[in-house]
Amino acid sequence: MDLLKLFIAALLVNNIVLMRFLALCSYVGMTAEPGPALGMGWAVTFVMVLAGVATWFLNVFILQPLGLSFLSTLIFILVIASLVQLVEIYLRKSIPSLYHVMGIYLPLITTNCAILGLTFINQREGYTLIQSIVNSIGVALGYTLAMLLLANLRQRIKHSNIPKFLEGYPIVFILTAILAVAFMGFTGMAK
Amino acid sequence: MIEFIIQSLIVTGGLGLVFGLGLALFSQKFKVEEDPRLEMIQNLLPGANCGACGYPGCRQLAEYILRGELGPEKCTVGGSKVVTEIGKLLGIEVSQVIPGVARILCQGDEARSYSRAEYYGINTCNAASQISGGFKQCIYGCLGLADCVKVCVFDALRMSSDNLPIVEESKCTACGLCIKACPRKIIAIFPRDNYVIISCVSPQKGPEVRKACQVGCIKCGICVKNCPKGAIRLEPSLGNLAVIDYALCDYCGTCVEKCPTKSIVNYIKVPVHAD
Repeated sequence: MDLLKLFIAALLVNNIVLMRFLALCSYVGMTAEPGPALGMGWAVTFVMVLAGVATWFLNVFILQPLGLSFLSTLIFILVIASLVQLVEIYLRKSIPSLYHVMGIYLPLITTNCAILGLTFINQREGYTLIQSIVNSIGVALGYTLAMLLLANLRQRIKHSNIPKFLEGYPIVFILTAILAVAFMGFTGMAK
Repeated sequence: MIEFIIQSLIVTGGLGLVFGLGLALFSQKFKVEEDPRLEMIQNLLPGANCGACGYPGCRQLAEYILRGELGPEKCTVGGSKVVTEIGKLLGIEVSQVIPGVARILCQGDEARSYSRAEYYGINTCNAASQISGGFKQCIYGCLGLADCVKVCVFDALRMSSDNLPIVEESKCTACGLCIKACPRKIIAIFPRDNYVIISCVSPQKGPEVRKACQVGCIKCGICVKNCPKGAIRLEPSLGNLAVIDYALCDYCGTCVEKCPTKSIVNYIKVPVHAD
């Protein structure tokens, strides 16, 4: 039950994009079409869960016993960068179409603050391995959900008559703000 | 203390080494064999990544060319030299391209056309054109705020002293970026050998054009009557604007001389057929 609460909290209540305002770069950049948005969501989910597990082991078995927690920023970035490289090489070989669709955003996962942010949340809250994994999946799916919501909204915007000075990114930011307000309604459902 | 430093060094260095080796092994195992010709095609393409072909960059176009889905002539920027070289590399027949050039379809600079208001706003044509059709008397003409010059990646456009864009033909690659940037839609790509251009797009009636501009097409039809080849007509769908049929035109330059408002421009000043 606690795990379910944790999952809901990570997915909706503390949605990484709409409530914590992290990862806005890829959130705005990759949501022109629902297809690539979903692909990006999966890539981030994959990297997030792997990063969550890897950093948990590093944190608990190496950094904390040695009292080197101050190195966590450096080490976590190293882990995430290596994982992204790994995913990139794998995708290029196995799913070239997805690799091409993601283009520049795949390397940008390296510096995607959502992933680094997640590893810090896991570390700060002192989660167990299971809790870390559940939290990672929740956060990643929350990210994917936010991506898909915006991508589909943007599809609709294409066919509606919006004022000319709001065309492009301005209307996307307004949408993001409205979505964030809507997500505030989840506050209090779980901690 | 020294122990602490050594520990940090070992942890970071060791992890870096482990990840580095892991990645090296992994990349060997998942190596993608790439056609070496892809690199060669990419090097032959202009490399401006201007997007005129409809793809994000030269590399994407190179991939399509290599797969044979698109011909190299899709790259309008490179011109016939690039096309023939890529054709030679791939051993395919290529159609020759006649490179186009951007032409400005308006001559209404500050000296020859009239304003109806003074504009103190964001210094782009796009912004100015959205305020009740712009500050000029002619709502079709060039606003002279140089959106096209700013967007040109080939440095082929500059503003004249009276604020009208001038295309430098030797640098223009017909990539079409300026056409997209112009809110008035008064830049168009023409084949380079279409030398005589009707440089006005206004569909308004003669007296209204005269009020707005000294060099607009006033729909008088003098060019139609004087054209020895019968290549000019007044197009009713464009408000009787004069239109040249380039299949018939031999660039004699008669219409350029006869036009009472000088709204037709001859880009070769000497007529080809002197007779």
